[in-house]
Amino acid sequence: MAAVVSQRKKLANRIMIAAVLVTTFIMLIPIYWIATTSIKSFSDAVAVPPKIFFQPEMTGLVKVFTKRTQLRAPKYKITDQTLESLEADGVPGDVLVELAAVGKLYRTESQFTDAVNEALGPERATDYLALVVRYATISDPTPEKYADARWYEKLIYDSGEKILRASPYPNRLWNSVLISIVSTVLSVAMGTLTAYGFSRFRVKGEKDWLFFILSTRMLPPLVIIVPLFLMYRAVGLIDTHLGLIILYTAFNLSFSVWLMKGFIDEIPVEYEEAAMIDGYTRFEAFRKIVIPQSVTGMAATAVFCFITAWNEYAFALVLTARRAQTAPPFIPSQVGSGLPDWTAIAAGTVLFLIPVVIFTFMLRNHLLRGVTFGAIRK
Amino acid sequence: MNHTAAPINPAQGGLSDLSIRNLFIIPTIVFLILINVFPLLWSLYLSFHEWRANSADDPVFVGIQNYREVLNDSNFWDTFTLTAQYVVYAVIGEVMVGFGIALLLNRSMRGKGLITTLLLLPMMMSPAVVGLFWKLLWNPSWGIVNPLLGLPNDFAWLSDPDRAMWAVVITDVWMWAPFVMLLSLAGLSAIPQYLYEAAEIDRASWWFTFRNITLPLVSPLLLIAIIFRTMENFKQFDMIFTMTGGGPGINTEVNAIKLYRMAFQQWDTGKSCAFAYIMLIMVIGISNIYIKYLNKAKQR
Repeated sequence: MAAVVSQRKKLANRIMIAAVLVTTFIMLIPIYWIATTSIKSFSDAVAVPPKIFFQPEMTGLVKVFTKRTQLRAPKYKITDQTLESLEADGVPGDVLVELAAVGKLYRTESQFTDAVNEALGPERATDYLALVVRYATISDPTPEKYADARWYEKLIYDSGEKILRASPYPNRLWNSVLISIVSTVLSVAMGTLTAYGFSRFRVKGEKDWLFFILSTRMLPPLVIIVPLFLMYRAVGLIDTHLGLIILYTAFNLSFSVWLMKGFIDEIPVEYEEAAMIDGYTRFEAFRKIVIPQSVTGMAATAVFCFITAWNEYAFALVLTARRAQTAPPFIPSQVGSGLPDWTAIAAGTVLFLIPVVIFTFMLRNHLLRGVTFGAIRK
Repeated sequence: MNHTAAPINPAQGGLSDLSIRNLFIIPTIVFLILINVFPLLWSLYLSFHEWRANSADDPVFVGIQNYREVLNDSNFWDTFTLTAQYVVYAVIGEVMVGFGIALLLNRSMRGKGLITTLLLLPMMMSPAVVGLFWKLLWNPSWGIVNPLLGLPNDFAWLSDPDRAMWAVVITDVWMWAPFVMLLSLAGLSAIPQYLYEAAEIDRASWWFTFRNITLPLVSPLLLIAIIFRTMENFKQFDMIFTMTGGGPGINTEVNAIKLYRMAFQQWDTGKSCAFAYIMLIMVIGISNIYIKYLNKAKQR
């Protein structure tokens, strides 16, 4: 009887584990899809039905870093070069002389062949036409240019475009990095000090102050964005790095205070008391005892703050336009109208998401604490 | 709370405890007041005025006219209804999926840590970027959703007035069910094993165990998750804005998107401030409840 029950339990457990794996698989499909789209060719990315198996290529990645334009259609002109090549291939001299008279530049192949037909007469034309067209074609890019091109230029040529210049994307990523890092450092530093103040000293109305601090985090961004926009416009902080840094610092500060308070509350106060009896000042005790003890907490807080700043969209959308624009408002703005180039958008998205994925794995043991503002510890 | 019971006298020469306390706390409070409270006061002032921020005219005082207009306009009530629908469907979906996965995951198995972290990835991503790439997934012809569900390649989602909201809700559930899962898992793993053993000895049914042991013990954390998600979804802007832009028409135009359009596309600044304040009062209501529960959970 007992054996039967445990058999059945084991089976149930196996089924559950299988269900977990299936669910995980389904939940990861969207991430898989965006990741693979970034390394598909454009035609594979918009294939109907969608392609599961494909030839990976880097074109999307190159596209997100470049501004491009369509390649020009080939043109046709008989140049000295053309005549030399034809002579080398054994075309008789009288034909060459007559061809040399066709000096104009032709924009389509049919116009060109008409001109050649007229110059040579239909009989000779059929013999030499293919050869003439081959040597008279001015392609974009020219074969020499294509041969000299770097690998990424070749990829773009192959997709029917050519590179004009670099895109603003690296600059937007850099803005994201700069603004996120500076605001993270500021909010963790200020947050740690404030958390220590609330953790170790009697503060009148402590609960109310902490409540106020956390409630600033709960404000809908869209609600304060209108007056903030006016404020920033008045003092010239629109589209500046400083503007976003101030805002993200404030936004993360409440979070940082709450999380750090949780971490500092866990450090026994006796350590500092002992140090102060030994002659440390309060500040020295804070610097030499509390800070080293709360480094892990500060690191976890910092990563959370970084991710929040990195991901923020609404403020950046309204308060920046070009110079200080971060990646989140930039990437959607590339969709544009018509048929968006999803390979480039996917590549931009994947690059943007990689740091988040890495940080999530680093944070995995602190996630619960982070999302509950330090209230729930494991 | 770790208050020092008796004041310790630090070595002479250092800053006093009082000045250290003030030095550590006051800048943060002042900074937060400057960045959050001051703008709110300003927008309160503007909400009583007729003004367009892109014009050179001065604000004209109109009393409570903006509020009256917002509250009497049936469009606004439609927006509120739409937002409420979205919040309710999304939170129900998140709880069902998130709690369901947590129940499945709450057992000892190999690679549990890795699987949990992988499942948590969506909620760490930028909502704006998630909205953007789900736009690709929802594409009727080359997106992955229709082939996976066996639907024809002209089955529109985001451009269909009725289905767009479902697409938004499903995307939201994908992104935030992991959040509910995380909190539920914490609650589930804290339930003492002996309760289940006792139930087993008594031959309690699975449903009985679930209803009388699992659910009551998880509910404090589950409740926190539900309140938090309700509040966050009520404020939702990024994900819906990049995915549908509020469209088609106004079929996914939730509060925050309407506010954005009013403030920065129609430049109806005064009225948008009034609308923002109505929204704010609702959010404050939810966030008060949330912080109260959070503090309760902390004291356990």
